[in-house]
Amino acid sequence: MNENRLIIIPAYNEAKQIASVIESIRQHSDAEIIVIDDGSEDKTAECAKSAGVLVIRHPFNMGAGVAVQTGYKYALKSNYETLIQIDGDGQHHAAHIPEMFAMVENRRCDLLIGSRFLKDNPYKTGVLKSAAIRLFRRVIRTITGETITDPTSGYRCMNRKVFQRLTEDDFPHDYPDANTIIVLHRMGFKVTELPVMMLPNPEGRSMHRGIFKISHYFFNVFMAIFITLLTKKSKG
Amino acid sequence: MTFHQKVFAVIVSLAIFVVIISLVRNRKLRAEYSWLWLATGFVIFVLVFWYDLLVKLTALIGAVAPTTTLFIFGIVFLFLLSLHFAIKISELSDQVKNLAQKISLLEAQIEKSSRPM
Repeated sequence: MNENRLIIIPAYNEAKQIASVIESIRQHSDAEIIVIDDGSEDKTAECAKSAGVLVIRHPFNMGAGVAVQTGYKYALKSNYETLIQIDGDGQHHAAHIPEMFAMVENRRCDLLIGSRFLKDNPYKTGVLKSAAIRLFRRVIRTITGETITDPTSGYRCMNRKVFQRLTEDDFPHDYPDANTIIVLHRMGFKVTELPVMMLPNPEGRSMHRGIFKISHYFFNVFMAIFITLLTKKSKG
Repeated sequence: MTFHQKVFAVIVSLAIFVVIISLVRNRKLRAEYSWLWLATGFVIFVLVFWYDLLVKLTALIGAVAPTTTLFIFGIVFLFLLSLHFAIKISELSDQVKNLAQKISLLEAQIEKSSRPM
């Protein structure tokens, strides 16, 4: 097992997919895998444990941002150097893991985002989510000058400096997307993308689905970006 | 201000004092959250016996009737109270999140150390 690498899987009610996600990751990496069960109501934790991985279980549901942050805190405490976060619903293709680790470990970037838009994908985004992605792409480009085609992607690889920064209290509880990218860029971290294969959620679920959720998402991310811009730049 | 209005306002301010003090005494309300309520009771009490202050305040904010001033200050008070609680809730959310993460990580650490090597 590579003792410097960690793969975290934030999961909420993913009992049906979690075992196959873990299995597919194992086919491509020998890194330690942990599942962060964000207060699931189904048997996500039991299924993950049966698959032989360590499960960090939240006592109640706290949001996707908190779940990944728990993973970052675990990585920091356990002295890992590189970390990959991958969704627990089977949308992210595990075959990209070796390349993602290699890119970050070879210092080609500090944060690597798996983008579904740099490759032909069977994944089709909804109208509202598609509009959100286009808008945030433009916002990121205006502020940082960089093009990030998939700011909402949860398939990410990062080095220790990045996940150490993301364990701080200003990390969003629910949507760590464009706002996090802007914060890291302003701190001098290098953010790059890698074309990845992404599949639709097998149950058609999305954390950005529905007018209420998408409005909440827009507000939170924009507010976080606005506050970031008001905050003085600091070095990472 | 008529005598009836004065009596009613004094009763309200005294009721606020009694209820808040008894809640703090019975540990149902923490002392640090009681000051805003006690301040409200105090302000009502002061206005009963210093009606001229209310009239001056009315002129100062450009209101027509003293009752309008009372309503405006009532709304401002409720706004401040909501803001105070929103700040406290934000602090508590972060504390609960950090605490829950710490417990989860400790449980995972225990489980990991009890696993066969």
